[in-house]
Amino acid sequence: MVMALIQESFFLPPLDFSSSQTWKSCRCPACSCWITSFFPWFGLDIGGTLVKLVYFEPKDITAEEEEEEVENLKSIRKYLTSNVAYGSTGIRDVHLELKDLTLCGRKGNLHFIRFPTHDMPAFIQMGSEKHFSSLHTTLCATGGGAYKFEQDFLTMGDLELCKLDELDCLVKGVLYIDSVGFNGHSECYYFENPTDPERCQKLPFNLENPYPLLLVNIGSGVSILAAYSKDNYKRVTGTSLGGGTFFGLCCLLTGCSTFEEALEMASHGDSTKVDKLVRDIYGGDYERFGLPGWAVASSFGNMMSKEKRESVSKEDLARATLITITNNIGSIARMCALNENINRVVFVGNFLRINTISMRLLAYALDYWSKGQLKALFLEHEGYFGAVGALLGLLDSA
Amino acid sequence: MLAYYSTVQHKVARVRSFDHSGKDIDNEPLYEISVQEEITARLHFIKFENTYIETCLDFIKDHLVNTETKVIKATGGGAYKFKDLIEKKLGLKVDKEDVMTCLIKGCNFVLRNIPHEVFAYQKDSDTEFRFQTNHPNIFPYLLVNIGSGVSIVKVESEDKFEWIGGSSIGGGTFWGLGALLTKTKKFDELLQLASKGQHTNVDMLVKDVYGGAYQTLGLSGNLIASSFGKSTTADKEFSKEDMAKSLLHMISNDIGQLACLHAKLHNLDKIYFGGFFIRGHPVTMRTITYSINFFSKGEVQALFLRHEGYLGAIGAFLKGAEQDNPNQYSWGENYAGSSGLMSTSPDVYPMQRTRSGTFDMLEMDRLERPLVNLPLLKDPSTYIPDTVDLTDDAMARKYWLTCFEEALDGVAKRAAASQPDSVDAQERAEKFRQKYWNKLQTLRQQPFAYGTLTVRSLLDTREHCLNEFNFPDPYSKVKQKENGIALKCFQSVIESLDSLGWEERQFALVKGLLAGNVFDWGAKAVSDVLESEPQFGFEEAKSKLQGKGRSLDLDLDGPPHKCALIFADNSGIDIILGVFPFVRELLSRGTEVILACNSGPALNDVTYSESLIVTERIAAMDPVIHSALRDEKLLLVQTGSSSPCLDLSRLDQGLAVLVRERQTDLVVIEGMGRAIHTNYYAVLRCESLKLAVIKNSWLADRLGGKIFSVIFKYEVPCK
Repeated sequence: MVMALIQESFFLPPLDFSSSQTWKSCRCPACSCWITSFFPWFGLDIGGTLVKLVYFEPKDITAEEEEEEVENLKSIRKYLTSNVAYGSTGIRDVHLELKDLTLCGRKGNLHFIRFPTHDMPAFIQMGSEKHFSSLHTTLCATGGGAYKFEQDFLTMGDLELCKLDELDCLVKGVLYIDSVGFNGHSECYYFENPTDPERCQKLPFNLENPYPLLLVNIGSGVSILAAYSKDNYKRVTGTSLGGGTFFGLCCLLTGCSTFEEALEMASHGDSTKVDKLVRDIYGGDYERFGLPGWAVASSFGNMMSKEKRESVSKEDLARATLITITNNIGSIARMCALNENINRVVFVGNFLRINTISMRLLAYALDYWSKGQLKALFLEHEGYFGAVGALLGLLDSA
Repeated sequence: MLAYYSTVQHKVARVRSFDHSGKDIDNEPLYEISVQEEITARLHFIKFENTYIETCLDFIKDHLVNTETKVIKATGGGAYKFKDLIEKKLGLKVDKEDVMTCLIKGCNFVLRNIPHEVFAYQKDSDTEFRFQTNHPNIFPYLLVNIGSGVSIVKVESEDKFEWIGGSSIGGGTFWGLGALLTKTKKFDELLQLASKGQHTNVDMLVKDVYGGAYQTLGLSGNLIASSFGKSTTADKEFSKEDMAKSLLHMISNDIGQLACLHAKLHNLDKIYFGGFFIRGHPVTMRTITYSINFFSKGEVQALFLRHEGYLGAIGAFLKGAEQDNPNQYSWGENYAGSSGLMSTSPDVYPMQRTRSGTFDMLEMDRLERPLVNLPLLKDPSTYIPDTVDLTDDAMARKYWLTCFEEALDGVAKRAAASQPDSVDAQERAEKFRQKYWNKLQTLRQQPFAYGTLTVRSLLDTREHCLNEFNFPDPYSKVKQKENGIALKCFQSVIESLDSLGWEERQFALVKGLLAGNVFDWGAKAVSDVLESEPQFGFEEAKSKLQGKGRSLDLDLDGPPHKCALIFADNSGIDIILGVFPFVRELLSRGTEVILACNSGPALNDVTYSESLIVTERIAAMDPVIHSALRDEKLLLVQTGSSSPCLDLSRLDQGLAVLVRERQTDLVVIEGMGRAIHTNYYAVLRCESLKLAVIKNSWLADRLGGKIFSVIFKYEVPCK
């Protein structure tokens, strides 16, 4: 079957059948490019701010294979697996590495790498220098950047991208990673007693029967999907108030320059100096509407006053920005869950990376405002599901 | 923002029948006209900036003299802040009321009592504000109040409402965050910045993420993917305008999205927006409207209220006045005392902006009796009284505004002349002239200031202004004289009609009805003739009518109607020689007649109290009318209105009850004001006859005829 396909496609380079490389080839149903899944196996998710790259490192390479492995391929493998940082901005999230995974009959480790989208040209340049195109593999990519950089890949890197649908990749990625688990631990978790800071703790959650599920992906912006079964899911809505908004506003308000810096500042700030709370207006709870005094009545509401503007710190402002964006996402997610009649909400996306404040707040807000009806769930691999889905797309379609 | 209730004394013209027994009535006027002081309940709402509180309190103090107010109701943040000052200055106790309860009470009140209260915002339209017809059932609705935060309230009935959600991202966020980002302190200035900015420099758009290829995804490339997504860098400067614009979009979109999610969950398709974020700011109305359209895919409508800024105060007042039960009454906006809706762009009319900075007012007069829909309206929810929307039709607007301007000197002169014994009549007439002139100028610039601009609203505003300066009925003496003259001709007209054969008589009756309608002092073309030719009479009027009368479509040949409702127009020849012979004919055929006249004076229109006297006189001469009155086959009612036009959705409850009881199956609407300027397109559930003489050459031209052309519109409802 595979043979027939390849013979028809005379324009493909001749194959070296002596090699025992794993390869598959077929037409991609989505963008009808040719998919040839020779090693290396990559999955790319090119977002508005970050590029997420997953790389499958085969660990079952026989001596014979190793010997025949082309130099380029070997050098890529070595480069990726022996470093934890690439250039000045690329980072491998070592703690997320999935070990001893079996994919398409091959055993290996799955690596998770990210770098800023604005370094995409440098990445393509590197691929070109390392003669990536000579490996005859297909790069499966998702996210808006798959479209934006398609031409650059072609002209600069001589590489044809296989563009995959974001929703498909995201859902596929979530379900796959959850099913294989996190090196023996649960991928999915939740916060027990989210409304009680003393007793609040992170506990594993079994997502074996995931449907129906609301999937909230918080990247630069936010996408909200409702999944009813493996093949039945839709985009419900989205909001432009996402991770990019938090970071963008923090840069303007505090002069910070990295997401980590912004989060660090936020962790030391006090948002109640910036926000106007219900109790600031009503002296306590607003009983007529059942609003607790601690609830935020107006985000940045105190900043209408000149004196208060002059008395807040950058940390307070960063914290308020984080709380504002997080509460808003929680609120929109809750309304979508109600409208879709779904009570489990999974939050993913890189906004949640090293961002316990937001995760706990989401857990708390969903629980509090739904009177315990809604449950906020989180996944360890936060922002990588799209990239995982793209990798699976590469292997599945063949 | 303060509200108070006052009883206003103003002069009202009263007519009273003389006792004519044993006197020579030929040289006596028909009835006596006296001017009396009448007390009307009036609601005053004054909106002002907090800096002007002292001025405002002084103003109220001056106007509170005659009232027995002991307690003043206050709501909002200022209620706490200024409690002491208000108590000291006015010597009144301040009661603080729950903000949201007040807001909703106020909202229900304006939705029920002010026609053209609600409007939708249209971005790329000549008329940015599209006023809505009041739906008879205002519930349920969603109220989204955008103050410093956002409250989303579902209102199900007068007393039942529920806070269903909210958001902390509101006006305070725009203001507070905006002040931090742009160092601009004032809310208005921030909005000005925003209206000049380019959000695409700050926001990450879909096309920024997807490159040029977004079209293939069916997404619009201009959608915002991430608000402030381009400002994720420490080393780039962004302009104040661009940041303000981005912030405005972010907040408006977010509110719109949440509002739509709530509307969807509760299955509602109307959302009223209010709060200081919205208040008179076209910029925010536009972004909110856009957002609602986008997120609801056009299924939900974003609506705004003309008196949005007054809702809290109205509600606080109503709560305080619960023992007087203001909700059992109908109220009408007094155009003379109310400042209109503020201008669309702060840049275009800085003058008005400044004025609004001091204070804005709304006055509502309590009407004697509740107003309801005419039960015969085919669809009250789509009924629009007015024929031409002058907010929409710029040509017509120009014409009519000029027309009213040109007629103004004459109206003022007549007003002064109507009170020859008053020493200050000249002065008051001049004040009236000045006030109405200013209203017309406001309307030239902001046609939507009082809702949809129509000939009716122009006429009503003039009446309100006349009342304001104590000219309750400038035409009272003219009407008195004309009624007297016409009565003297009544019998001969009847005799000549009776001498005709059936068919001729029907034709003559209708011609008489139309000829009578020529006598309209409201029409400049007519008043010019009447001023210059005092001898101009019924026969002359008949000869003025344009064109040959067609054979009548009106089915007076078939079985008689059960009951006819006739809305009369002018005093004198119109009612006495035109309408009454027609009434008499109907009565002879066994049709009962309800004759509806205005409750209060407007131009030379016959009022209810005048109609009582006139009818009494006719009954004394005519046995048919006499027995009909006695047997209650002829009923005189008041419309509840003091307008030269007619709003069939706001009629006296008594009239509506009678119409239902008597199973009215024919409605006759007479006159330009009632049958052309309004109700020309009104659809009724029974047969109707709309007739008028076009006494305005421009209008005649527009309708494709000549001046003194006849409109005779007989409609049978489709089964």
